[in-house]
Amino acid sequence: MADIQIDIERCKGCGLCVLQCGHGCLKMSEDTNESGNTYAMINGSKDKCTGCGLCCQMCPDVAISICNEKTNTKKNKS
Amino acid sequence: MNFCRTESLIDTVTHYCPGCGHGIIHRLVAEVLDELGVREKTIATAPVGCAVLFYNYMKCDIIECAHGRSPAVATAIKRLLPENVVFTYQGDGDLAAIGMAETIHAANRGENITVIFVNNAIYGMTGGQMAPTTLLGQMSTTTEAGRGNNQEGPPIKVCELLSMLDGVTYLERVAVNDAKNVIKTKKAIRKGFLNQIEGRGFSMVEVLSMCPTDWKVSPLKAAEFVNIDMKSVFPLGVYKDEDGQ
Amino acid sequence: MSKVSKKVLLKGNEVMVEAALSAGCRFFAGYPITPQNEVPECMSRRMPEVGGVFVQAESEVAAINMIFGASATGTRCMTSSSSPGISLKQEGISYIAAGELPCVIANVQRGGPGLGNIRASQGDYFQAVKGGGHGDYKLIVLAPSTLPELYELTQNAFDYSDYYRNPVMILGDGILGQMAEPVELKEYKPIVTLPEKDWILDGCEGRDPRVIKTLYLYPSDSLAVHNAHLKKKYEQIASELELFEEYKTEDCELVIAAYGMTARIAKAAIRLARDKGMKVGLLRPISLWPLANSAFMRLAETAKKFLVVEMSNGQFIEDVRLATECSVPVEFFGYGGGWYPTPENILERIEKVYTL
Repeated sequence: MADIQIDIERCKGCGLCVLQCGHGCLKMSEDTNESGNTYAMINGSKDKCTGCGLCCQMCPDVAISICNEKTNTKKNKS
Repeated sequence: MNFCRTESLIDTVTHYCPGCGHGIIHRLVAEVLDELGVREKTIATAPVGCAVLFYNYMKCDIIECAHGRSPAVATAIKRLLPENVVFTYQGDGDLAAIGMAETIHAANRGENITVIFVNNAIYGMTGGQMAPTTLLGQMSTTTEAGRGNNQEGPPIKVCELLSMLDGVTYLERVAVNDAKNVIKTKKAIRKGFLNQIEGRGFSMVEVLSMCPTDWKVSPLKAAEFVNIDMKSVFPLGVYKDEDGQ
Repeated sequence: MSKVSKKVLLKGNEVMVEAALSAGCRFFAGYPITPQNEVPECMSRRMPEVGGVFVQAESEVAAINMIFGASATGTRCMTSSSSPGISLKQEGISYIAAGELPCVIANVQRGGPGLGNIRASQGDYFQAVKGGGHGDYKLIVLAPSTLPELYELTQNAFDYSDYYRNPVMILGDGILGQMAEPVELKEYKPIVTLPEKDWILDGCEGRDPRVIKTLYLYPSDSLAVHNAHLKKKYEQIASELELFEEYKTEDCELVIAAYGMTARIAKAAIRLARDKGMKVGLLRPISLWPLANSAFMRLAETAKKFLVVEMSNGQFIEDVRLATECSVPVEFFGYGGGWYPTPENILERIEKVYTL
């Protein structure tokens, strides 16, 4: 299962992610975050997200993360 | 496959404007360093320009260079520390205007370094003046009637220019206007670093990138400008690959 | 080099190379310009023999920025040039000073301004001592007058540079660079306890990443803090490093103030003057920055007059006036444009000012 998370405080509202998502999972908010930016948010239900990660590829602010696997979140050693 | 912040990328908000390509390119470089496992032996140069604060975002040793001089600085570092990974991160003004001599000569000497060249066709940090890569007709604060109307000359095509040099190993032009191109950009950056690690010589990846603020358009329009206008002047592709892979 | 000291006949430019290599200099980047060409030429031959790196840079600008990079790795490094080339390096020198990166820069001065000529000159005094590049910074400036001294000061320059984390300039001239003298190639011994270089960039394995930078935007007072730190360092250097030589000053009524090659010529003139019964001595600063102000002041208390001899239209004289706080008259003998005095020229001037 794809678990998409959006850090709305990191989002600067550019909207590039919305354009990339072919499944209509994302939309821009009506209100603003603490920095005064509109932000990307889930459009309805997360169920539409396939976990393809194109939104993550496009986000200049690494505000979106997707976890597709239960197993490892430690891709990188600390 | 998971998509989350990679270790080499410091967990912080960047100073970049909404829709700026630098954030994407920083992330790609960081991911490549981590995937190749070379973060701890990497020394990067920070340019003068919007990316001057590169060291606020990358978790590796970094030296901030005078405007345009990164290839000279990197030359010395790599020659003295050949086992380390050395790369420069430069904008178009830095690499193709004030630093063109350093670029050409480091390339021609075949310095075993990787150059990440961010081409957004404008001087961003200083407020939108004409860059060496500004397109003909493109407006800037120093070409209000559009480039070319006052003997500015056409944009400099760096990949094409450097491809003439026998000392160069790898040149590729990529873009970050959409996710597909972002994935291709990462592949090119990875190859640029692998070339260095395997001792093949000078590699440069030119990344066409968005500057919505100084182009005075929305982030979506900026991505479109890269896709339509910039790509037609700066065609994407491999301009040199001495390794032939 | 064998450890047995022996005298060899070398040109000044070659002496610098041997001294630098003996002191562990392992990176050199330079660009051809007369009259310092033997430095890069000799370095290109000798550096590979000691396992170092020589790069003929595409420009003076690239050369000094290669030094910026080389120094950041903790490697002892050096560049050399002559006046117009040193002008081109000034931006880089400012960055090196701001980044507190040790290195040695040799200026084999030639006539200026502009392309000037290729004869010896001391026209770059202000550039060397007062700054040259932008911003508040100082170079340690050393001015040898013989080739044995050039050898020793070049070795020492690397120590001062590492000790204070500050660029050091060897301010020579075309005569010093081109003349040959027997020089004993003494083994290098550090003249100070050298600090550990805990700031170098070599990859962050096992430690936090390091940054070498010269931009201080945030917080808003950070550049002021950095400047205050630099100022304190310069004050420390000024209080610890005053190198000078006195020659026949015990009883002198006229002090000749001269540095480098003119000081050497002045010594001969002083001997001629002494033969004629004139009490003339020499105060020769070896470090031009910091300048031995106390020695100037001490001699100004007993001597009647100073005579500055320099191969310029008058630059060093300004600092002599400052150092003596204008307490005695300071006469001048010098010309710009690649002129140098003979002992007889100086004697003539001594006779003129001594009786006045």
